[in-house]
Amino acid sequence: MDIGQVFTLTITQAFGVTALIYLFAAIGLNVQFGYTGLLNFGQVAFVAAGAYAVGVIVLTFDLSLWLSIIVALITSTLLALLLGIPTLRLRADYLAIVTIAASELLRLLVRSIAFKDVFGGAQGLNGKLGQEFHDLNPLPTDFTLPLLSWSRQDLWVVIVGWSLALLFTLFVWGLVRSPWGRVVKGIREDEDAVVSLGKNVFVYKLQALIIGGGIAAFGGILWAVAKQSVQPDTFQPDFTFFVFTILLLGGAARVFGPIVGTVIFWFLLAGFGEVLSSLINNGYIAFLTPTDVGSIRFMLMGLGLMLLMIFRPQGIFGDRRELALDAR
Amino acid sequence: MPANTENTAKMTPGRAAAVEALRDVARVPGSPKPDPILVADQVSRQFGGLKAVDVTHVEIQRGAITALIGPNGAGKTTLFNLLTGFDNPDSGEWTFNKTPVAGKAPYRLARMGMVRTFQLTKALSRMTVMDNMLLGASGQSGERVFKALLPFTWKAQERANTDRAMELLGRFNLDAKIGDFAGSLSGGQRKLLEMARALMVGPEIVMLDEPMAGVNPALTQSLLGHIKNIREEGTTVLFVEHDMDMVHDISDWVIVMAQGQIIAEGPPDAVMKDPQVIEAYLGSRHGSALTADGASLTDDSQGGTT
Ligand SMILES: Nc1ncnc2c1ncn2[C@@H]1O[C@H](COP(=O)(O)OP(=O)(O)OP(=O)(O)O)[C@@H](O)[C@H]1O
Ligand SMILES: [Mg+2]
Repeated sequence: MDIGQVFTLTITQAFGVTALIYLFAAIGLNVQFGYTGLLNFGQVAFVAAGAYAVGVIVLTFDLSLWLSIIVALITSTLLALLLGIPTLRLRADYLAIVTIAASELLRLLVRSIAFKDVFGGAQGLNGKLGQEFHDLNPLPTDFTLPLLSWSRQDLWVVIVGWSLALLFTLFVWGLVRSPWGRVVKGIREDEDAVVSLGKNVFVYKLQALIIGGGIAAFGGILWAVAKQSVQPDTFQPDFTFFVFTILLLGGAARVFGPIVGTVIFWFLLAGFGEVLSSLINNGYIAFLTPTDVGSIRFMLMGLGLMLLMIFRPQGIFGDRRELALDAR
Repeated sequence: MPANTENTAKMTPGRAAAVEALRDVARVPGSPKPDPILVADQVSRQFGGLKAVDVTHVEIQRGAITALIGPNGAGKTTLFNLLTGFDNPDSGEWTFNKTPVAGKAPYRLARMGMVRTFQLTKALSRMTVMDNMLLGASGQSGERVFKALLPFTWKAQERANTDRAMELLGRFNLDAKIGDFAGSLSGGQRKLLEMARALMVGPEIVMLDEPMAGVNPALTQSLLGHIKNIREEGTTVLFVEHDMDMVHDISDWVIVMAQGQIIAEGPPDAVMKDPQVIEAYLGSRHGSALTADGASLTDDSQGGTT
């Protein structure tokens, strides 16, 4: 087996387009869950909102990709208001229930026959979704990367994606170190205490939901642009749970938590997969076939997460002292 | 009353003013005060068959320290919750600074200057002591999401608030703890922090639910001093306390609750000699007084028939 190849394939995935999509969702979730304590179990809905905004505006209505970005942000904001206004005054669990239900509802809605003309039904929307973006690609047309297996097009997405991700990280850093950030952290700790100090907690929670949703929507936009396809069944609830895994892995309420978590998550997931495939292909593991790899790597991931929760519950970057406080 | 005038002369100005203002107030439940900051009427709250609060009329004098006492389960905390908007009454109207405030959101009441603390302390555990304090400061422009990213718009204000927080923390003996997580403080220190944090808001009336519970005797003395100071600075204090010595030491006026109702009012000396009050306390402590049982029985039957 070619260790070098396994390694480059793994790195390609750890920093690749799919990882980036999860990263945006995780940065958003960090604002909502990590800092504000909102149990948003429907983060995938915000990603879907972004992806479908691009799909519908560019393909269905044949309008500009740049317009679709604005539409994506408006859509995700409306979604946040729709989910937040009825639930954020209630106990925390209500948001959890409503968001997970809403994300499934939304997926079933866009894949339904009734709206096939707009959302493309179960096949989704496929076509030149990101043309306007790829036209801006400054890389030479005969460009190939020496080691990593990104195409010229993917590399362009990766460069812009990572730049944006760093920008959003900086944005979140600025927010959470401000008095605004202090209020939302207070809400995470004890809502009533913050209310008793005269803060309109409801508005802050709504703001956090909107901001986190908007960042996640960029994941969807990136998805549509990079994969040139938007399909309803990729937006299943398990997406959200992987985003939670990523956040816990990197450490919630840490500015760099989402980045660390994403890279490690995809590095491990891809690494398991590549190593396993090459072992199977070379006949070292006879009782498995290459098709088993997909599910086995998630099993290993689950095992890894369990071990993490047992031995390092605060995540890679987390502060153990903070967790100890909860027990009091 | 020559003796009385002599007494007032030795008092701090705030205490003297409060005593003077309350001198002629009738010592009956619901008596009108010369300058009430808070006036409540017909406030009631029922939990199942139990009428936890049933206050016909009560007034809190501005600039005075008023103690709210009563046996466990008398409805003191519930009354606090209702008045501050944290719980909704079944009926009732009340005014703060003559403005009707029933039904207002609790954060609005806090902004208007009515700030409370909680019996079960709510320290924000995974935030530092200083952050806990700064959260209390009101009118911070950096708390607006659009200004949050522009530190130059709120840095000066933040510095001023930090100085004020330092001063308050010093008063409450917490200045050595600024960088610690609030969750690492002891129970008593958390009580102190919560009180200091409430003062950060700059309230007109601060409502303290058992501020002294769990605070050691030495510190209690200085805490009593702080509460008196709060009054000297013109802030009204309403507090719940079980320790009669403390109540006696600092309060200008005492309101006694039992079974949801106000059963007595007056200056500490008079109230503590009131046989009704003694009975309410001893009765509920021993759980055997006939009047206590009788009253709760009637409450139950009323709840059943209506
Ligand atoms: N949320 C609730 N649900 C049901 N009953 C309640 C609730 N809150 C309070 N009660 C009841 O109302 C009564 C008054 O309670 P409250 O907490 O106001 O008493 P308190 O005077 O503050 O007592 P303590 O001195 O022990 O703190 C009690 O009998 C209590 O059991
Ligand atoms: Mg109480």
